[in-house]
Amino acid sequence: MATAILIIAGIGMVAAVALAVADRYLSVKEDPRIGMVTAELPGANCGGCGFAGCDGYARALVAGTAPNGACAAGGDAVAKAVAKILGVEAAATERRVALVRCCGTRSEAIRVGDYNGICDCNVAAMTAGGDKGCTYGCLGYGACANVCPKGAISVHDGLAKVDKRLCIGCGKCVRACPKHIIELVPASATIHVLCANPDKGPSVRKVCGVGCMGCHLCEKNSGGKEAGHFTFQGFLAKVNYDNPPTDGAIVAKCPAKCMVEDSHFESGH
Amino acid sequence: MRTVKSPFKFKGGVHPDYNKELARDKAIERMPVPAELVVSMSQHLGAPAKCLVKAGDFVKRGQLIGEKNGFISVCVRAPADGKVVAVEKRLGPAGGKADAVIFDTTAKPEGEPAEPNNQTIKQSNNQTISPILPPLDWKAASREELLKRVEEAGICGMGGAGFPTNVKLNPPPGKRCEYLILNGAECEPYLTADFRLMLERADRIRVGVEIMRKILGGPAVRIAIEENKPEAIAAMEKAFADIEGNVEIVVLPVLYPQGSEKHQIFATVGRVVPEPPALPIDVGFVVENLGTGAAIGDAVEKGDPLLERVTTVSGDAVAEPKNVLAPSGTKYSDLIAFCGGEKVPPAKLISGGTMMGFAVSTPEIATTKTTSGLLLLSSKRVFQYSSQACINCGRCVRACPMNLNAAEIAKAVESDDVKAAEDLHVMTCIECGACSFSCPAYRPITQFCRRAKNSIRARMAAEKAKAAAAAAK
Repeated sequence: MATAILIIAGIGMVAAVALAVADRYLSVKEDPRIGMVTAELPGANCGGCGFAGCDGYARALVAGTAPNGACAAGGDAVAKAVAKILGVEAAATERRVALVRCCGTRSEAIRVGDYNGICDCNVAAMTAGGDKGCTYGCLGYGACANVCPKGAISVHDGLAKVDKRLCIGCGKCVRACPKHIIELVPASATIHVLCANPDKGPSVRKVCGVGCMGCHLCEKNSGGKEAGHFTFQGFLAKVNYDNPPTDGAIVAKCPAKCMVEDSHFESGH
Repeated sequence: MRTVKSPFKFKGGVHPDYNKELARDKAIERMPVPAELVVSMSQHLGAPAKCLVKAGDFVKRGQLIGEKNGFISVCVRAPADGKVVAVEKRLGPAGGKADAVIFDTTAKPEGEPAEPNNQTIKQSNNQTISPILPPLDWKAASREELLKRVEEAGICGMGGAGFPTNVKLNPPPGKRCEYLILNGAECEPYLTADFRLMLERADRIRVGVEIMRKILGGPAVRIAIEENKPEAIAAMEKAFADIEGNVEIVVLPVLYPQGSEKHQIFATVGRVVPEPPALPIDVGFVVENLGTGAAIGDAVEKGDPLLERVTTVSGDAVAEPKNVLAPSGTKYSDLIAFCGGEKVPPAKLISGGTMMGFAVSTPEIATTKTTSGLLLLSSKRVFQYSSQACINCGRCVRACPMNLNAAEIAKAVESDDVKAAEDLHVMTCIECGACSFSCPAYRPITQFCRRAKNSIRARMAAEKAKAAAAAAK
């Protein structure tokens, strides 16, 4: 009995000394600011900043290799808090949210084939470019919804939509979309053109009832070219998000019906 | 020259309904040049050609309209005289969009007498228009001259993948070609284009083989033909009867995918090509489609670049199945019209064969140098399925000719675990479709494999770009 107690106590002694020595000589000093910055970040680990999770971004911030304000999910508040800890300027950031630039639902945009393969846009796009007549539009097989860390994207009637309230602007859906029609836009912008087809009017009309024909009416109604609310790419109008239009009246005047005022769920579009 | 039966049988494979009787007795028929041609700049594997013409230009048949753009690339020549109407992105058979030159072949430059459909008459009378490239005597020409001619003629593999032929015929230093295999298996259902070529143009194929043999430094030649084509075997035996050197016709058992490069290498000589990135040349093989052989023969002896090819138009929804010699860039709708139109409304339009071809959504897509077939299938032949859960029966594993565990790969990809699929060697998959074909639960297993391969390739490309950027720093 006594031997057993002695042996156990001896092992305990040796281990305690080893641990004490290791703590003294082998300890890794970590910048305490890393922990503080990590605590400020949202913890969504969405990867939108380009680093592997919030911890990775915090380390890069403290090391000075990443710019402050890259955290789309945290936005301004986080940038300010981080700036306070690190003693740097907080660049003014605006909250950005994802926008799917297509409004061709199954009833509006024709489908040219029956696709019954794997339910994933990237696979569907590999099969004859997808089953949608418009080769630019949303296929509606939910590649974006599958990667969204916040469940902000849902597919209704063959069309993906983003819930603005849930979107943290990480940009994962932007990279997942095989048609490259998802864009990060300022959350404050309310008027959007939901079309990505730059073809001429007649060929757009052949495949979709709500495609932009590039008629420039939106530009005319919002104060002309000088006002600079819209840019044109081929026969496609794009909202200039550096100078977005604010007058909702132009939406109703769009003959193609591809313009919306606040395209996101909350307004019930 | 002798004919032997293949002693090697690869593992796996399937037996689809071949349905070759629809078009096998139809002699190759030359189609009049259609009024509109859509000539893609991306008819081959590798970088698309650089377009040299613009809207409004008049071009002559054979004129260079797309320049080779990189090492793995092929030039494009105008398949007919005509006026360039537009240069724009058009949907290709595989789904991607590529630059295409749209020709109006009826337009004439001002000042020239207006002869309606001049080209059609000339060609249907089989009068040769003056040669586009100077004819070469292949016996006298040097290896470099011949290789250059293959490149100038815009020849790529005509079996389907469209690999640039001049690159394939020019193995990198240190690698020697021991065997040249001429692929005449044509294991895809419905297709009879290569079969008709062997019957009607065996002499052209022979010239092509001799030229390729010269370029490759005299390898042994194996001509692989499936045993369900006895007439073709006889025709080839006749054409190659007095050829010198080590040439054999290897008769292969009927089994899909017998026409796959790797399986042909195994079936003829018994050698196995290692996993990618190893290529057939690493084990001493060059495999060429026999259509490519005939194209090389024409390009050298007659000076005709690759401007047209034989395409089988078949299926139960087309009025008159035919083997059509059509200019590359003919729209499917024109091909169908030439074959008497639709008998019944097709439920599915497939570019290529039923196993590896691409379902297309519109007949406005045009043929390329690699379009071996166009199939119109009625709703009777098209099965609408909905896929179910894997029942672990193992039929796909038995069917896979590449010894892959297809069921596990599909399950891994289904749960987004591409890494697991990579560990299961999904990159060796040849996408032959034997797994999907044999699956009783109608699971799109081949599609899962393609998805995994695509994301692995995308990741590899990203890593490569990253490494290059780091090296540049």
